[in-house]
Order: sequence, then C-alpha cells, then structure tokens
Amino acid sequence: MERFNLGLIGLLFLVLSGCASSGSKLGSMGNDSGMSSSSDSEDAATYGMGMDSNNNLETMTDDSMSENLETIIYFDFDRSELRTEYDGLINAHASNMNSNTLLTVRLEGHADERGSREYNIGLGERRAQAVRRMLLLNGVAPAQITTVSFGEERPNSYGSDESSYTQNRRVELVIN
Amino acid sequence: MNLDKKIILLLCLFFHDVLYAELTIRITQGVGKQTPIAIVPFGADKGVPLLSVDIAEIITNDLMRSGRFSPTPQKNMLQKPTTGAEIDFDDWSILGVEAVVVGRITQMRTGSYNIQFQLFDIYKGEQIVGYRMPANDSTLRRSAHRIADMIYRELTGIRGVFDTKVAYVKSNVSRNETSYSLIIADSDGENEQVVVNSKDPIMSPAWSPDSRQIAYVSFEGNASSIYLQTLRTGNRRKISDHPGINGSPAFSPDGRKLVLTLGGPDGNLDVYILDIATRALKRMTYNRAIDTEATWSPNGKEIYFTSDRGGAPQIYKIFLNSDKAERVTFQGNYNARPRLSPDGTKLAMVHLYRGDYRIAIYDINKKDLLILSSGMQDESPSFAPNSDTLIYATKMRGNGVLETVTADGLVRQRVASKQGDIREPVWSPFLKL
Repeated sequence: MERFNLGLIGLLFLVLSGCASSGSKLGSMGNDSGMSSSSDSEDAATYGMGMDSNNNLETMTDDSMSENLETIIYFDFDRSELRTEYDGLINAHASNMNSNTLLTVRLEGHADERGSREYNIGLGERRAQAVRRMLLLNGVAPAQITTVSFGEERPNSYGSDESSYTQNRRVELVIN
Repeated sequence: MNLDKKIILLLCLFFHDVLYAELTIRITQGVGKQTPIAIVPFGADKGVPLLSVDIAEIITNDLMRSGRFSPTPQKNMLQKPTTGAEIDFDDWSILGVEAVVVGRITQMRTGSYNIQFQLFDIYKGEQIVGYRMPANDSTLRRSAHRIADMIYRELTGIRGVFDTKVAYVKSNVSRNETSYSLIIADSDGENEQVVVNSKDPIMSPAWSPDSRQIAYVSFEGNASSIYLQTLRTGNRRKISDHPGINGSPAFSPDGRKLVLTLGGPDGNLDVYILDIATRALKRMTYNRAIDTEATWSPNGKEIYFTSDRGGAPQIYKIFLNSDKAERVTFQGNYNARPRLSPDGTKLAMVHLYRGDYRIAIYDINKKDLLILSSGMQDESPSFAPNSDTLIYATKMRGNGVLETVTADGLVRQRVASKQGDIREPVWSPFLKL
C-alpha cells in the first residue's frame, strides 16, 4: 500500500512537471487503450500483461494518469536497442524515480527461447542495460537501479512461435 | 562408411519434419552393427525373496538402448540356463546369438545378496568374463548397470556408461506458477532424486569431477547466484553472488576451481576463474561483448567459451598461461555452449543450421563439423564420461525432453522421461564404486 502511494505521488509530480517543462513529451503519450490491463499489484501486473497491449505501451490518456505506468518494454529479434516509441515511457519512469528517490527499480531482462540458455542470459542482460542507461541518462541514481537477466527461463508466453517470441523479448520494470 | 553417414544425415535433415517421430528408431536400426546377444533371466537360489529389480531386464534395456546390441526376446529362448555349465551352445547358435549372459543371485543375509554373472562367446564356446559381486536391496539396480557396463566393454571395446547419472533441470507449469527442480537420475532416466526445488529459475548444473557436488545457478530472491551443493548431505553454500549476472559454472579438472560468468552492475559478461577454497577471482576475458558458457579442456590448460565479439556468437579458446583468445569455430553464424569430450578430441556445441538450432560436434584434429541432432531447438550438449555418447535437450510437442546420440551420429535415442519440461542435461563423470 505504501508503495502504491509513493507511485501516486510520483505520477502527480510527473503531471505537474510535464505541464511546466515538457509538454511535447506528454503530448506524445496520446490516447490510450491497453493501459487498463495494468492493474492491481505491481508484482502481478508485470506478468502476462503484454498479451493484449503490445502496440499501445507508451500511450496514456490524460484522465488515466493515476494508473500505473506500463512496465514492460519489448525488443526486436536479436536486438537490444530501445525502440523510440518507448522514449516517453522511460522518461516518465525516470521522472517518477527522480521525484521519489526512495523508489528502486529492478530491471528484469528476458530473451526468447531460441539458442543457448546462458548466451540468452547475456542477451536479456543487454536489454536490461539498455533501459538502465536510459534511466541513468534521465538522471536516475545508479543506486536506485538493479538489473537481473532471466534469459529464456521465465517466458511470458509459452508458445514456440513468432508471436510468443515477440512477447518474450522484453524488459520488465519492477518498482519497489 | 563416411559417405553412408553423410547420406543418412542429409536424409534426416531433409525429412525431419515429416518423419521426426520415427526417425530416431530408423537411424538406430538401420545403421551400424548390432550384436545379437541373449541375457537370460537370472536364477535365484533358495531363500532369495522376490526382488523388486529384474537384473536381466535392466541389462537387456541398457544394451538395447545403446543401439549396438539386439537382445533376444525371452520368449524365443530355447533354454534358460543360469550357470555356464548349463549352456547348450548349439541352441544359441541356431538363434544366431553371438553372446549369452547368465547369472544367479544368492542370499547372504536378509536383504544382502551375491550376484554372479558370466558372459559367453557362443561361437568359441568360451567364457569371456565372469564376476561375482555383493549387493543389497538398494544397490541391485546399480549392480545391474555395472554388469551391463562390463558386458559393453568386453564386446565393444568402449567403457560403458550405464552406471552413471544425469543431472537436469525440470520445470512444472501449473496454472499460475512455474516451479523448478534440479534432478539427478540414473542414466536410464530411472531413480529420479530432487537436488533442489525452487519457485525461481534454476539453471546450468555442473558436476564436480568426483561427482560428489553440483554447482548450479539459482535465481532465488530475483538475483542470480551460484551455489555449490554436496549431494550426499544436501548441504549447500552460495559461492558467487556478485551484483548482476553470476552464471555458467564449470569445474576445473582438478575440482579446485570454477570457471564462471560475471556481469557486474554494468552487465558486461566476462569469464572469470574462481578458486573455490580461497575465493580468489581471476578475470579471463576483457571484452565488451558477451563472453560466457566457458568450459575447461580436460588437460586443464585451456578454456573454451562463447563470445559474440565478432558480431555473432562463436566459440573461442584461451590458453590459461596467456590471455589471448583464439577463435575456434568458423562454420555458420551461431555456435555456442562448447563442451569438450573427456578425451579432448571433440567439441560439442549448439549450431544454427538453416534456421534450426542443432547439436553439432567439431573434430578438433580433423577440423570438421558433424551435425548430430535433427530438432529445431536442440541445446545443452553434454558428453558421457566415455566420450562416445552425448546427451542434449530437444523439444517434443512444446516440452523439453532428453535425447542421447553417439558421437558418430549413428545411434540416437530418446531418454524416457516422466512429466514436466526437462532441459540442461549434464552427464556425470564415472562414478566411484
């Protein structure tokens, strides 16, 4: 419960600072759909959510600001670069954490199941590090961030097809 | 022979989508000499109770699974001798049998037995080998595997690996939760024993050279750590828990060190050597690429590992007395997870072949690559201690299962498995008696 309140305060700060200084950033987080699936507890919300909200990760309606930010970032095959569509989301998380330095985030990197398991741990870590670097660039303190790579060990989707692989190449932000 | 192999492999690759289910059987039966052998049910002296283990059946299954023997079905046997003196050699040569195994069990005390067995050459009418060994209720199964090993060695010239174990990771997915177990079983998949259970992933098990300990990676507490667990007691200790990745442990041949992967807070995976007693850590690679999956050469002088420093993952090696890495694999765009045969002549790996991840074996002297498996996502090759057979994980209807294949690619078998998604098999060293 305490966590949730801290998150709320962060989001309120985000709204205020966004209005004052970076209107265009917030403006890019236009109309929504998929956000409604991010819900209840943060821990549970990071599991299996991506199934139905793949295309709308960065979007957010003005009146849904009190809800949690999306916490899953997806990656292309064999890539660890962040797609530009996530700039807004990561900025929002960074603002959130800057405004509340008690918040910490664990970046959990994941890979799809193809290839060797320990090498996939490396690929998952590269993705987590890409998110970490963006948060650091946005002013988040290193002490607020830890990374862990689960490689292919914790898939979001258990299928062996492209749509499952797309769901599994991801970084999950677990905020505490 | 070589050409035959190539044709068969090509056929496998070509038909694998259509024939995959039967393919292993086809290869097994179609190629290589299978010695006709009869393992006669063992006799029991007066006073021996009905045993929970059928010794002859275990020996029969072991030899059959190897693909190098065709055991005679019991119903075809014209006689069922239990000692050499009772064997009628003509009865067996009529059946085309080349070797016969007979045996007897004697009770010493309650629950304590003596097993005697003899292996005969039917053509020569001579005993090839005969032994007597003590056993009790809990070691009967192992005794049967040991007898199968002796027979295998006498008739093939290769040391058998029936009396060995395999460690692997199993995951069970229930509705909301996945649980992970590290398991050890006999080489035939029987006698499963749980080493550790966890709600968080477990991966990368590695046997110590004396097979008394297992190192593995566990994600308990949402961070990776390497544990060292003594199998007999179940005691374990955390041996590596640096920030970021702690992964891919492998023991040095003398058992004193582990080579492992650390990522650090910046996530740059490099290979390190950890002295288990002193905890001293020596960094072996300095590269911004992913360097991981390291393994020792059997002579302890080199380390082989996966690195994508050239763009795609390939296998490299480092001589311990220098810090220069040398690239080993050049065929294909993806070669990872090297494992050397205990005799040091072959390197097994995961090799990307036309979009499928296959187990391939690279002959270090001849420098040629042979693809051994036929799945789409085969991984984690591990050599048996005799260097003659490998075990690896493949997928069957979405679930991980284990297969073995001989290093020449001729005999491939699925290992019987129970429920669950199974992966990362690691063959134990030869076990002490």
